[in-house]
Amino acid sequence: MLEIKNLHAHVGDDETEILRGVNLTVKPGEVHAIMGPNGSGKSTLSYILAGKDDYEVTEGDILFNGESMLEMEPDERAAAGLFLAFQYPIEIPGVATMTFLKTALNAQRKARGEDELSTPAFMKQVKEKAAELNITMDMLKRPLNVGFSGGEKKRSEILQMSLLEPKLCVMDETDSGLDIDALKIVAEGVNRLRSPDRAMVVITHYQRLLDHIVPDVVHVLSRGKIVKTGGKELALELEKNGYADYVGQAA
Amino acid sequence: MNMETRSLKTSAETELASLFDGAREQLAGSDAVIKLREQAFSAFDERGLPHRRVEEYKYSDVRAKLKSASKLVAAGSNAEAKSALEAVETYGDLERYRIVINNGRLMAELSDIEALKGEGVTVSNLNAALADAQDEADGLLNVPSIAAADPMIMLNTALVLGGAVVSVGEGTEVSRPIEIVYTASTAGARYTRCRIELGKRAQATILESFEDNTAEAEGNAVSDFVIGDEARLTLARVVTGEAVHVSSVLMNIGGSAEVKAIGFNMGTDFARTQSFVTFSGEHSNASLYGITMVREKQHSDHTLVVDHKVPNCESRERFKAVIDDFAEGVFQGKIIVRPHAQKTDGQMMTQALLLSEDASMSNKPELEIFADDVQCAHGATSGQIDEDLLFYLRARGIPEAQAKMLLVLAFLAEAVEEMEDEGIVSALEGRIRNWLSVEE
Amino acid sequence: MPAVQETIDRVRSIDVDQYKYGFVTEIESDKAPKGLNEDVIRFISEKKGEPEWMLEWRLEAYRRWLTMAEPTWARVSYPQIEFNELYYYSAPKNTPGPKSLDEVDPELLATYEKLGIPLREQEILAGVEPKNRVAVDAVFDSVSVVTTFKEELKKAGVIFCSISEALREHPELVRKYLGSVVPVSDNFYATLNSAVFSDGSFVYVPEGVRCPMELSTYFRINEQNTGQFERTLIIAEKGAYVSYLEGCTAPQRDENQLHAAVVELIAHDDAEIKYSTVQNWYPGDKNGKGGIYNFVTKRGDCRGRNSKISWTQVETGSAITWKYPSCILRGDNSRGEFYSIAVSNGHQQIDSGTKMIHLGKNTSSRIISKGISAGKSENTYRGLVSAHRKATNARNFTQCDSLLIGQDCGAHTVPYMESKNSTAVFEHEATTSKISDDQMFYCQQRGLSEEEAVALIVNGFVKDVIQQLPMEFAVEAQKLISISLEGSVG
Repeated sequence: MLEIKNLHAHVGDDETEILRGVNLTVKPGEVHAIMGPNGSGKSTLSYILAGKDDYEVTEGDILFNGESMLEMEPDERAAAGLFLAFQYPIEIPGVATMTFLKTALNAQRKARGEDELSTPAFMKQVKEKAAELNITMDMLKRPLNVGFSGGEKKRSEILQMSLLEPKLCVMDETDSGLDIDALKIVAEGVNRLRSPDRAMVVITHYQRLLDHIVPDVVHVLSRGKIVKTGGKELALELEKNGYADYVGQAA
Repeated sequence: MNMETRSLKTSAETELASLFDGAREQLAGSDAVIKLREQAFSAFDERGLPHRRVEEYKYSDVRAKLKSASKLVAAGSNAEAKSALEAVETYGDLERYRIVINNGRLMAELSDIEALKGEGVTVSNLNAALADAQDEADGLLNVPSIAAADPMIMLNTALVLGGAVVSVGEGTEVSRPIEIVYTASTAGARYTRCRIELGKRAQATILESFEDNTAEAEGNAVSDFVIGDEARLTLARVVTGEAVHVSSVLMNIGGSAEVKAIGFNMGTDFARTQSFVTFSGEHSNASLYGITMVREKQHSDHTLVVDHKVPNCESRERFKAVIDDFAEGVFQGKIIVRPHAQKTDGQMMTQALLLSEDASMSNKPELEIFADDVQCAHGATSGQIDEDLLFYLRARGIPEAQAKMLLVLAFLAEAVEEMEDEGIVSALEGRIRNWLSVEE
Repeated sequence: MPAVQETIDRVRSIDVDQYKYGFVTEIESDKAPKGLNEDVIRFISEKKGEPEWMLEWRLEAYRRWLTMAEPTWARVSYPQIEFNELYYYSAPKNTPGPKSLDEVDPELLATYEKLGIPLREQEILAGVEPKNRVAVDAVFDSVSVVTTFKEELKKAGVIFCSISEALREHPELVRKYLGSVVPVSDNFYATLNSAVFSDGSFVYVPEGVRCPMELSTYFRINEQNTGQFERTLIIAEKGAYVSYLEGCTAPQRDENQLHAAVVELIAHDDAEIKYSTVQNWYPGDKNGKGGIYNFVTKRGDCRGRNSKISWTQVETGSAITWKYPSCILRGDNSRGEFYSIAVSNGHQQIDSGTKMIHLGKNTSSRIISKGISAGKSENTYRGLVSAHRKATNARNFTQCDSLLIGQDCGAHTVPYMESKNSTAVFEHEATTSKISDDQMFYCQQRGLSEEEAVALIVNGFVKDVIQQLPMEFAVEAQKLISISLEGSVG
């Protein structure tokens, strides 16, 4: 589903390479975890996948279902089925969460040549999915992410993910800022979305999220390269020994 | 339409014209300087004293206030200056160097010129510099474009009696604050100008104290700061006394520099402090604070123009006013962001506490923005002391008068404490306390 | 926000030239001679069959005007207006005050139909729920061509007619109130208007009456080189309520046209007037050629206790806008509100805001202003809040936010706050920002195109004000805003 080939990238005018040859293949149904110390390039990778301005690919390619995504706009990537759960979800004053959800969903459906969802059908879907995530109607009426607590923001991200039904979910530090109860709710939400034709990439610094979202494959990213790949036991090993063993390796 | 056709001059304006004519011979300066003085005066003469129909002086009508123009003050002797200096409060025990300007002239013998030289700071007499000045007066009398139309600065340029040029050498970190004290030992109008230069990477704390103890006559001072790249300036100014005082701060900030400045207008019959700050180099920041404390029929005006000429600079403006009796407070602040000054961050806040029924406050915080990638905001509030807070304090057993004083102090301290330097903060807070206790 | 998608579709379907009201109606008109002098004023007054005192009033204004100079303090610039090159009166021929719709020139009806303004009562009745009916006074160039629902309003005791008709039918009311809020000598343009105003709307709501429907005036400038000078006067007696809407369009012409209106509102004890404007005069082409100069004086007088006046404006049109709908809060406990969205694009210049003058005790006011600048436009908010010495417990809250789209435009905020009473509490907040890259990226990541994302974020930005508009106008306003911003992205 996702194939990253020898990806090199830098950010803005700063020529320093942040990604220095990342290779990664994710097949449908798989959950991959990418772990790494601060500054290893994890968030950069997620922004590059989603196509953020200023994040420039200098070498390599990203194939999504066999086609290169590099020339696609962020909204085209979204319509194609890529979803990024942001580490710091953005606040948009004056735009009710509900309005945003509907606008996004219909924009994607339209881009894919599908009919727009009627309001009743949409409401039904939102209500069901919101309830599973302990999101109240009141919260949906509030402006998107404005005044939301850390936990509420992350739950709102997962709600969007479940509504938009992407093919590939990229979650950037979804566990940051969550207490254990919120973490469980979010993880359950994510697990409900696991399916044989959907893939996930979970980016995290700590192992604890992976207790709840159990990965098939774990990668260690250090200094812009994947330096080790293993099963879920690799995460446990990292938890015990830290990243020290890997920090030097990529140099 | 704005330019009112003026057929009649006020008597003060007529007096100023004859004052300038009469003083021409005795005013310092080379030919180039005299030429500038003449240009400045004729530009002033065209406009006259600023009044309420001039937008920048809408709330501070100098023409109405100044019924007649005082004669220029004569130079005072060292002994006179010394006793004037002893009579003023300023910074108490704070360890500092002093530069004394009495009756508009630098008093070299009372100033720590030698000690400053040892620190890498040269202090020279403005009049000596003006006497030698070549084309355009060597920049000694420069006025930035944002202040070019100001009649009071024109008047200063025309009539300046003296002052100092203080130069902090490249890379110099001055170990103690340098206080420039302006005193008056005899009555008469004082036109003073100081130029303070901070070289590249220099660091200095400057204290300017305007202590006018003469009941009459006007003060017109220009302080011209030129701040080099990577330099750091901390500045505290106190304008007090009973005269009519217009004080202009010109500040030109180089790249990656840092400025922190606070200005007090307290207890002056009619005080206007106007600051014109220009960012000329990128990645600099300036925190500018102002305090107004007025009572009786006093009038205090803080006017500020911040010109973001280049990208990536940050400015913070915070002004507080406490107004009692029949006094009037004015705040006018303008943040200008020029085209291409992207990534500018400017935040301005003005707050006023009105302590009596007849106190009044006028606020005009402006934004003038020509670049899109900016974050600018301003806020303004005016009102009385918060009744809930007052009640809370009184419920804890604090008498009303004291509770009010506490709250006023807390209100002002918010800005003062931003100065961080402990000695300066405590000296300034001391002056606030003194001012407040007079009230009881 | 159902308008979003529709907005986008509409924006997309429009060509480079987004102004859809730019057509000209071919109709013969009756004009006063070009230029301005006392004879022209006599001509206007005679055409309208006015009483003698009205003519005197006009002449006095004219003489006053001759001594005045154009204001220059606003942040707008334009070439000198040649006041003697204008026509001050133009009326479609053969309409000496039509008695019914059947007498109205079909060409005119077609014009309003094309503008989306229904003038046939039966059609309105057929299509719309009774509670949403709107009575319309249609003003074409200098005169009112028709006023709908007059009979039904009459039953409720509400007078809604053109000001010319009011001068004939209710001279005592007009004489009592005209110029009582905006004095003849108020300012250059108001004084000019006093001398030459040709028509406008008159509303009188008697004591205790809640006006049964929305009232609306639709202004249309058609004729070339014609100044439009309407005069609107609305009086709400004790306990009365009225909601009034105005809309404006003009054809696309290469030269600038002058529009200098005066609106006066009077609210007595416990009365409430809600005045909404959607201003969409022709803004000029993309090179800044042509467009309306919109120099308008609007002022409301909260004369009675507990009275309330609320201004809501959506300003998207005009080459230059110069207007400050204001409230004089004279009555104790009275309240003034100002909600504004000002969108400028192309070469438009806007200098607009409000004045809230607190005179009475316990008066309150609220100002919400949202400015959006794009293209090469300049957009200034200018506002005054003042509390008089006797305005005990006056309250004001002001929020003005500016949004910049593109780097060639300007956004400026010039607020004046003058408190002469210590119990007055004023709060003012202002921000200027652009649509953040992060917000854009976030929306795009969720599948919105760049245009859709801008429309969504802008709609969020102006929401506080849109909510103040009557429903029918709210949808229209959102569309207008998006259309005005067309071409501002990328």
